[in-house]
Amino acid sequence: MSENWDVVIVGAGIVGAACAWQCALRGMRTAVVEANFIGGGATAAGMGHIVVMDDSPAQLALTHYSQTLWQGLSKSLPNDVEYEACGTLWVAADEEEMQEVHRKREVYTSAGVATEVLAGPTLADAEPQLRNPLAGALLVPSDAVLYPPCAAAYLMSQARRLGAQLYRRKVLSARAGKVRLDDGTQLTATRILIASGADACELIPGLPIKKRKGHLVITDRYPGFVRHQLVELGYLKSAHSSTADSVAFNVQPRKTGQLLIGSSRQFGAEDSVADPQILAAMTERAAWYLPKIGKLSAIRVWTGFRAATPDKLPLIGPWPEDDSLFLATGHEGLGITTSLGTARILADHLEGVTTAIPAAPYLPARFARSAVHV
Amino acid sequence: MSKPARIRLLVNGVPITVAPGTTVACAILIAGIPARRSVTGEPRGPLCGMGICFECRATIDDAPHQRTCQLLCAEGMEVGTS
Repeated sequence: MSENWDVVIVGAGIVGAACAWQCALRGMRTAVVEANFIGGGATAAGMGHIVVMDDSPAQLALTHYSQTLWQGLSKSLPNDVEYEACGTLWVAADEEEMQEVHRKREVYTSAGVATEVLAGPTLADAEPQLRNPLAGALLVPSDAVLYPPCAAAYLMSQARRLGAQLYRRKVLSARAGKVRLDDGTQLTATRILIASGADACELIPGLPIKKRKGHLVITDRYPGFVRHQLVELGYLKSAHSSTADSVAFNVQPRKTGQLLIGSSRQFGAEDSVADPQILAAMTERAAWYLPKIGKLSAIRVWTGFRAATPDKLPLIGPWPEDDSLFLATGHEGLGITTSLGTARILADHLEGVTTAIPAAPYLPARFARSAVHV
Repeated sequence: MSKPARIRLLVNGVPITVAPGTTVACAILIAGIPARRSVTGEPRGPLCGMGICFECRATIDDAPHQRTCQLLCAEGMEVGTS
């Protein structure tokens, strides 16, 4: 068996799996190394919200590009991926947030993303369990939800169908075209792609990635309790803050009838234990928006770690300190959404062809030591 | 000695009469139907009988997913199985 590869991908989360598929699709001899099971890290911990976000123009470009790719792929996805185009409702609690609804609509419209402004009474009809009255909401109908571990498994199965090889091993080192595994195997690769989320720092010390802890709660099955992914407009404030612990209202209906209740963001908390204070703050916030949610049974709580970069944009492309190294990490809370766009951009880099959207904002070079003095 | 009181409740709209202290899980067994169906449609009923396995869940007075082995029948209670 050949152990010389065009590309060796470290990590089979949804980003690594999407990259593996894209590389294999383009005829590259592709190997993937994953110590855990496919999609078992941050991929499994996340909600699985395919969402267009406009925190920055580059974020909007990548999320919109990726959302379109998911939409195109949706008909091919197996049932267990549970893809459902339920749309997102960005909920405005008051008139001030309603101004934000209109601003957001303008930004989305200029990017070609269809939206609809819902006034308070229309919102109450669309989501009868929401607190009433509320000022209104912005509906983004093209947003969707899916079950991330099965999505990663599907992408990986497509890659393997095209000849990609999976090594169930831990990577000890990855540099200068050599990937050393914990069973002594050494893989030789023209290119090495690091797609191991926040763990990328173990292989490349000094990467500008910090773990940002999140909590999620899942309930028993209550079909129809909510119909769209519901996110408070204050979410951007929470997601954008770079220091303090924060919670924001974010509830997702699963195809099973279960509800995922989020969200929390914490830096400096590297312990995976669920924090009762954070959970309380999160569920109280959910109960403010959905007064009857407290009557539902929660069946499980867990935590996960987002891979956060200082500028809220992922690292996609060559790592300037090693000619063989490429990165696809740092997606923070948007890795499920942006995995497909990331894979295209990354494969374009590997092939040296032009990307569909400008790739510069995601280039890891913006953080390389050599770039600091420019 | 006076005859012990009986409790009347509805299981899927059908009246059932039980002795005080009877669990809802037992009333559902008396009705001869499963408490719930699994995601794939298999009939389910009390397995552990002590609130751990969640197999005996049913809707009680409009509250879904109640563990019927942990609840006693009450006069006029409405139990719905799926």
